[in-house]
Amino acid sequence: MLTIKNLNARVEDKQILKGINLKVNAGEVHAIMGPNGSGKSSLASVLAGRDNYEVLEGEVDLDGKDLLEMSPEDRAREGVFMAFQYPIEIPGVSNINFLRTALNEIRAYRKLPQLDAKQFLKLSKERQKLVEFDAKLVNRSLNEGFSGGEKKRNEIFQLAMLEPKLCVLDETDSGLDIDALRIVSNGVNKLRSKDNAFILITHYQRLLEYIVPDFVHVLYDGRIIKSGTKELALELEEKGYDWLKESFREQPV
Amino acid sequence: METNDQLIQDITTQEYEYGFITDIEMDRAPNGLNEDTIRYISEKKNEPEWMLKWRMKGYEAFLRQDMPTWQNFTLPPMDFQGISYYAAPRTKKKYESLDEVDPELLATFEKLGIPLNEQKVLSGVAVDAVFDSISVATTYKGKLKEMGIIFCSFGEAVQEYPDLVKKYLGSVVPHSDNIFASLNTAVFSDGSFVYIPKGVRCPMELSTYFRINAENTGQFERTLIIADEGSYVSYLEGCTAPMRDENQLHAAVVELIALEGAEIKYSTVQNWYPGDKEGRGGIYNFVTKRGVCRGANSKISWTQVETGSSITWKYPAVILQGDNSTGEFYSIAVTKNKQVADTGTKMHHIGKNTRSRIISKGISAGHSNNSYRGLVQVGAKADNARNFTQCDSLLLGAECSANTFPYIETRNNTAMVEHEATTSKIGEDQIFYLNQRGIDSEKAVALIVNGYVKEVLNQLPMEFAVEAQKLLSITLEGSVG
Ligand SMILES: Nc1ncnc2c1ncn2[C@@H]1O[C@H](COP(=O)(O)OP(=O)(O)OP(=O)(O)O)[C@@H](O)[C@H]1O
Ligand SMILES: [Mg+2]
Repeated sequence: MLTIKNLNARVEDKQILKGINLKVNAGEVHAIMGPNGSGKSSLASVLAGRDNYEVLEGEVDLDGKDLLEMSPEDRAREGVFMAFQYPIEIPGVSNINFLRTALNEIRAYRKLPQLDAKQFLKLSKERQKLVEFDAKLVNRSLNEGFSGGEKKRNEIFQLAMLEPKLCVLDETDSGLDIDALRIVSNGVNKLRSKDNAFILITHYQRLLEYIVPDFVHVLYDGRIIKSGTKELALELEEKGYDWLKESFREQPV
Repeated sequence: METNDQLIQDITTQEYEYGFITDIEMDRAPNGLNEDTIRYISEKKNEPEWMLKWRMKGYEAFLRQDMPTWQNFTLPPMDFQGISYYAAPRTKKKYESLDEVDPELLATFEKLGIPLNEQKVLSGVAVDAVFDSISVATTYKGKLKEMGIIFCSFGEAVQEYPDLVKKYLGSVVPHSDNIFASLNTAVFSDGSFVYIPKGVRCPMELSTYFRINAENTGQFERTLIIADEGSYVSYLEGCTAPMRDENQLHAAVVELIALEGAEIKYSTVQNWYPGDKEGRGGIYNFVTKRGVCRGANSKISWTQVETGSSITWKYPAVILQGDNSTGEFYSIAVTKNKQVADTGTKMHHIGKNTRSRIISKGISAGHSNNSYRGLVQVGAKADNARNFTQCDSLLLGAECSANTFPYIETRNNTAMVEHEATTSKIGEDQIFYLNQRGIDSEKAVALIVNGYVKEVLNQLPMEFAVEAQKLLSITLEGSVG
């Protein structure tokens, strides 16, 4: 589904991604771990098309299409979804209206008929239930005054509504209480299918107990320095990152 | 029962009678402003002596006054002698069909969903006699008449209801109020007159069905609305369609009078030509709007959506004279390119337990300049007066500016005056967030802006609100990204 080849990108004058290679197939879950500031969110941003990142080199292919050529909204319409590490507040815009606009834009792009109010509300009820999202939050302004955990859960609700194929979850587990973590994970597991794929950016092995990844990668200084299976996450939990860092001295680009 | 054709014929002849369709050559006053010009206008309109006298008083006051200097922009020089002060309304160039009209204008109509016939009227295409809206208008006019509601042109009111006009004209905005109001007094061409009798609730939004007639509301318009005891009326002024006009200076006057227990809701959508990207050729819109809650328990509510004109200068006011009366002001002012808006309101609390509420939403884009200017005045006898002001500015881009000038004067220590102000920007991260959900930047801005102005849009009658919403997104197209 997704193939990233030698991806190099910078923000301002600073090169952040220094040759990322990653292949994600449909139906897979990949976890990306790594120390603070190593470039995990940057990778997600580049995939989503944030324009303060400049791609210096490399390719990103999504089901045969050149992702880097597309506008951020077209990437979303092609099925790239990013659950933000820090979801944005948009005062005055109701969560539900926003979602209806988003869903219908995506459907228009895919040449699917628009959902009328009734169909949309039905879908919304169904998905609220699936991810156990608080109905009161549905009609509030988008993320405005939401608690940290509520914002994260809203990201998952949006994911459930928009049914993307490539889902990048950037530290969605951070800030969730114990119950919420279980609920969100259950939601994600229910949304998993043979047609979609997940990239979970996380610091905590606990999430990976709920959503079991097929692969775990360690991102350090803009590169993937180690890949493995879910056991790698356990090893990291135990040993931290230093042992990897040592075997991998910062290299000039 | 009259047939449609007859109705239409009646209308057409009626219009003729009141000088709407007359010989263009003859019906244009020579350029310049002097007593002869005013006499000419008054004579053309076949006005009684008292009306001419009043115009003259306005003219004298005009001569005595200087241009204002307190506004937050540079007043362009205005050559009052260089314009003609009277032209029969239908002097706009007529086209044979819509094919001859500027396609860009038509595209805008299309986006706004303006019906074809209205498109024709608005862009100045000659309209054939079979015009649904006109017959609809006539039907409603009959119904209003049965209820004793008077809704007619100002000129007609002067002829038919001189006592009412004499009693209330200038009672809220005196002839000497400000230089633009004085100018209007001297040379106003026409406008609307409304009288709602005691205890009558006007059953429809006035002017929705008559919008097409607003074609020529033009340069020096005058509106007088009287709501008698216990009555209610909602009046809509303007149109979301872009209005082009050859006249650069617009100086309208609106007077509202609410007697005991009466309520007037006055909504405006102003979309006069804003000029090109450099602001050239746009309308200067200098308007004096004021209402008086004369009786106890009365209410006046102004709602405005201002998107047009190169300069907007208006401060709809409410004089809260009756005890327990309420004044409201809801405003959306959008400026882009080099547009200037200096707008706000004045609430004069005179009676006891009077209340006012001000919600102002400014949106600036491009190199524009958007100022809120508001005065809340509480008199010595206005015990327990309450005001709440919320004044928000939204900036799109870095080159524009927004200012707020709230003035508060209280002479009664039981008064409570609250003022809240915010300035925000549409952040790139907000746009990106919406992009990431499949919404393009244009739509994202529209979504955010609509959220921001929702509280004001909610005040508009439903269909007007929908149009205004579309107008906002069209106005802001291309302002971001
Ligand atoms: N706009 C910017 N200007 C300068 N540096 C930036 C900018 N955005 C990100 N960076 C830097 O890029 C590096 C990678 O940041 P990124 O957010 O991708 O890290 P991360 O791996 O997600 O970290 P965390 O685990 O703390 O979320 C950091 O050093 C960060 O300071
Ligand atoms: Mg991060």
